[in-house]
Amino acid sequence: MSTILKVDDLVKNFGGLAAVSNVSMALNDDELVALIGPNGAGKTTVFNLLTGVIVPSSGAITFNGPNGTVPINGMKPYKVANLGLARTFQNIRLFKNLSVIDNVLIAMTSHYKEGFIQSVFRLPKYYKTEARIREEAIDLLKIFDLQDDINVLAKNLSYGIQRRLEIVRGLAMKPKILFLDEPAAGMNPEETADLTRLIRKIQREFHITVLLIEHDMSLVMNLAERIYVLDHGSLLAEGTPDEIQQNDAVIKAYLGEEA
Amino acid sequence: MKANFKYNICWLIVMIAGFYAINTLILVGVINAFIENMLVTIGINIILAVGLNLVIGFAGQFSLGHAGFMAVGAYATAIITSDHANAAGFWTSIVVGIIIAIVAALIVGIPTLRLRGDYLAIATMGAAEIIRIIINNLKITNGAAGMFNIPQFATWPVVYIMVCVTSILIVNFIHSRGGRAAMAVREDEIATESMGINTTKWKLAAFVFGAATAAIAGSLQASYVQTIAPTNYNIMESIAILIIVVLGGTGSITGSFVAAFVLGILDTVLQDFGTLRMVIYAVVLVVMMVFKPSGLLGTWEFSFKRLFGHRKPKGETQA
Ligand SMILES: Nc1ncnc2c1ncn2[C@@H]1O[C@H](COP(=O)(O)OP(=O)(O)OP(=O)(O)O)[C@@H](O)[C@H]1O
Ligand SMILES: [Mg+2]
Repeated sequence: MSTILKVDDLVKNFGGLAAVSNVSMALNDDELVALIGPNGAGKTTVFNLLTGVIVPSSGAITFNGPNGTVPINGMKPYKVANLGLARTFQNIRLFKNLSVIDNVLIAMTSHYKEGFIQSVFRLPKYYKTEARIREEAIDLLKIFDLQDDINVLAKNLSYGIQRRLEIVRGLAMKPKILFLDEPAAGMNPEETADLTRLIRKIQREFHITVLLIEHDMSLVMNLAERIYVLDHGSLLAEGTPDEIQQNDAVIKAYLGEEA
Repeated sequence: MKANFKYNICWLIVMIAGFYAINTLILVGVINAFIENMLVTIGINIILAVGLNLVIGFAGQFSLGHAGFMAVGAYATAIITSDHANAAGFWTSIVVGIIIAIVAALIVGIPTLRLRGDYLAIATMGAAEIIRIIINNLKITNGAAGMFNIPQFATWPVVYIMVCVTSILIVNFIHSRGGRAAMAVREDEIATESMGINTTKWKLAAFVFGAATAAIAGSLQASYVQTIAPTNYNIMESIAILIIVVLGGTGSITGSFVAAFVLGILDTVLQDFGTLRMVIYAVVLVVMMVFKPSGLLGTWEFSFKRLFGHRKPKGETQA
């Protein structure tokens, strides 16, 4: 197994607050890793750093892609995304007033060309391209059972389906790594079970690395191959679900809190 | 493919029918010079509003300088056709206006559209004012006095065709890769960036496209009314265009058409009321904003596809 993303001594300070301090981690190909920690531990901040939304105070993030090693620090978010890093958001950020299929088509933007002249004059090439990418989008939506909703506006979907669409939208980017920020938040047990199956399916069919932030411990212990525990911005522990469940420091700082 | 062909034919028939309807009504005298003038003004306002709607309603970028780009087109046509009073001169002047407007839009847009927020509103307002002041002080534009006796090439059929052409191009853009990216920016800029989309690029594309069509409208207007002055292109004109967009519904091209008609007719009907006209105008807008803030049509679009019931459930936005 080779490392696809490497994080070294990552630091992010917001004024006097060290939201992330000296975090080092590594993600391997096709791996499903969870990032857990109490509220305010800095998990979302780590995602924002890894996807270029915010610039680290210090430290290094390197991506090992097909085109060699690329340092991500300070890169614009859209360029990071085009390397193959897709994400979902803790507070859903769908394109609410656009249809389900438009949400997916937008995520595919970097994967097809459609010239300005072609589109404004509706040359035959435009119709061909549109038909092809629509088909591709619908195929993807079918896998996730959303084919009946393609023309529904995203805002009219139920909460659980919105979360699912956000994941599909991430997959439409054909990513190498998918970051999921609390995908089960606000879901009922049935929806969470659905989600668990969905993430398994993604792992199986898309061969991508998944980094998952989640508070739902049963989901995490069920899915994750490896877990990183973050507390007050620092890494507290790293290990398999079993190891994490036995870890005294973790129990004290995190699991103990809930008991 | 076949279905698309059918809808395109439908639109073509509508446009040709509209043309012949107006032509016939002019021939039989139902449309007199007065009404024709009103229709041409409405047509020019449609081009302006549709272009601004692309920027505000679809790309979500608040521009307050549309009249500045209009001035560029108007003066390009006034200056060029005064020397070359023939059709070639007229069409050349439109192209020149478009090119200058594009350059101006890039100069304003590149620094401001990189930023999130309402910097564009202030920057475009300033830019339009700068354009107006430059025109006010140049010899070639005849300064504050303006230009007279501009040859008339923008007859009603020319305006009619240009309304159709610019609207088709903009609607086509909206339903393309670039248009979807622009709408994504309007919906959520952070999410759009995280999809690998260069948001600045698509904001700029919509803004420049809008500016180019404003220049076309300016060219047509200068050539039709034959007299222009820098004061025609001040902030009030930009706001007048904005009102059409807001009244019709930001994000609805159909709405811009409807609002341009409603306001154009209202304007004509109220012409005899003098100052009272502005009061009535304001009241209509206030009532509108209170009872239907999303505009007459919200984001609704007329669509032959939906009309023919091509199994399109709720939420379809295809035009
Ligand atoms: N842009 C910002 N400016 C200032 N402080 C911030 C910013 N973003 C996050 N923080 C702070 O950094 C800390 C970590 O926040 P973060 O959102 O990363 O936590 P989290 O682990 O995702 O928590 P939760 O489980 O509640 O989502 C918090 O104290 C938060 O208030
Ligand atoms: Mg968080």
